[in-house]
Amino acid sequence: MEKLTNQIVIQKLSTQFGERISIPTEPYGLLTFETGKESITEVLTFLKEDAALQFNYLTDITGIHYPEKELAIGVVYHLHSLRSNVRVRIKVFLPADKPVIPTASNLWKGANWMERETFDFFGIQFEGHPDLRRILNVDEMTVFPMRKEYPLEDPNRVDKKDYFFGR
Amino acid sequence: MINHPVLTDNDPQKETHTLNLGPTHPATHGVFQNVLEMDGERIVSGVSTIGYIHRAFEKIAEHRPFYQITPLTDRLNYCSSPINNMGWHMTVEKLLDIQTPKRVDYMRVIIMELARISDHLICNGILGVDTGAYSGFLYLMEEREHIYEIYEEICGARLTTNIGRIGGFERDFNDIAFAKIKKFLKNFSPIMKEFEALFNRNRIFIERTSGVGAVDPETALNYSWSGPILRATGVDYDVRVNEPYSSYQDFDFEIPVGTSGDVYDRFIVRNEEIWQSLRIIEQALEKIEKEPKGVFHADVPEFYLPAKEDVYNNMEALIYHFKIVMGEIETPKTEVYHAVEGGNGELGFYLVNDGGRSPYRLHFRRPSFINYQMYAPMSSGMLLSDAIINMSSLNVIAGELDA
Repeated sequence: MEKLTNQIVIQKLSTQFGERISIPTEPYGLLTFETGKESITEVLTFLKEDAALQFNYLTDITGIHYPEKELAIGVVYHLHSLRSNVRVRIKVFLPADKPVIPTASNLWKGANWMERETFDFFGIQFEGHPDLRRILNVDEMTVFPMRKEYPLEDPNRVDKKDYFFGR
Repeated sequence: MINHPVLTDNDPQKETHTLNLGPTHPATHGVFQNVLEMDGERIVSGVSTIGYIHRAFEKIAEHRPFYQITPLTDRLNYCSSPINNMGWHMTVEKLLDIQTPKRVDYMRVIIMELARISDHLICNGILGVDTGAYSGFLYLMEEREHIYEIYEEICGARLTTNIGRIGGFERDFNDIAFAKIKKFLKNFSPIMKEFEALFNRNRIFIERTSGVGAVDPETALNYSWSGPILRATGVDYDVRVNEPYSSYQDFDFEIPVGTSGDVYDRFIVRNEEIWQSLRIIEQALEKIEKEPKGVFHADVPEFYLPAKEDVYNNMEALIYHFKIVMGEIETPKTEVYHAVEGGNGELGFYLVNDGGRSPYRLHFRRPSFINYQMYAPMSSGMLLSDAIINMSSLNVIAGELDA
């Protein structure tokens, strides 16, 4: 069997999905691309079940928040093809007022807690998730603390302002 | 997931008992709560509650310069903090494209393998305690003490080590440290042999652990398991081999795998990994001899804190010191994922950088968190006492679970 490289993965993905995935980049050799929430389930299923790719291992799901962007909330998937030892990173960006994305827990049972954690910290709703509750924070919490609008420390503190550091 | 009705305690139709295992039960070795529905001594279903020691490390990390995040990583898996420290340093080095000298890599390998040994010693020792054999644990704890003495010689700390810096180590290993490592290698093997003689072919131990919590490889992969518990199911996934970091490709070692994925296999896999770690340390000591002496960090003045006497006497060093401490260094605006083989599995750092003082986003892929989610589903149908040893052999560390 031919050794799986990022080029082959890109080729396969673009023939399968065409315009529905973004132009891939490779920061530090890790293939990274974006897709929409309509396509994410299809992309994940294709990557997992295609005989040549076999990205059968879900390494991680996490979130990221860019408040200044129009689609502010991102979901980041890391997949790993254990057979060929190639990793891939997939990002989906969602609007902050309605961050809803289909769940991956039908494909990987391990996605269950990863998605709960992402929900807990970023408020991303995973549609079809069997048990979407907070996991690390207390159930009574009303905010999603990893979003950038929630400061770590008292915002009235003045001794750590950026202008003291020349910016 | 529970697929039966959970009734309240005073419901006349209730035929099961609700049992709170934890959050601070002595048999769970850490803060773990499981609400179990019991039919006699057998578990019908369970719900895990986690997060009791959540400390918001990912949020804190967004407000700290890179070098101040190392102490946070100590507190993830505190049974093998050096691996976390090194994993974090290597993530930043990957981001900044720093090449460390071979001698630094080998020193890191030594300290990481010592940490792996101490992590596995804890797990297997505690498994002995939970199955009713206390003496093995006591033999091993003395040896863990010697590993901690080596840490102490290298960095001054014992548990939350904060070893090393971005680019290398803060100081060279001194002669006493090397002597202690060599003494450990010499004295540890017979004690490990004795420990294995107590357990490996012990009829009572095998009866107690064999077949408990057996997992097939497909399920384990589907649950994103990693580390010794995945290898016990027969999958030979080890980050040290798949994506060698810190010059692991220079070493000759084997990845032990099990067949059934039960508690006994996990125990044997961990024991065998201890032997392999010893092999790696021996090779690393030999390799260090051949490297130029006194090299303990990469030559990257922009990122590596200069020695204190240079800061006082040398203009360049003073400038770099100030820039590093104030977080004024230039960093690339990109993202990086780096994984190391921690004591419990793939410990990953996903770092998104926007060129500022601190990471824009830092996510820890914590193996304990991901491994533990199968615990409640796999417990249903088990005896309570089996569920206890199953938890010990998963080696879930509360600090890593809750971050």
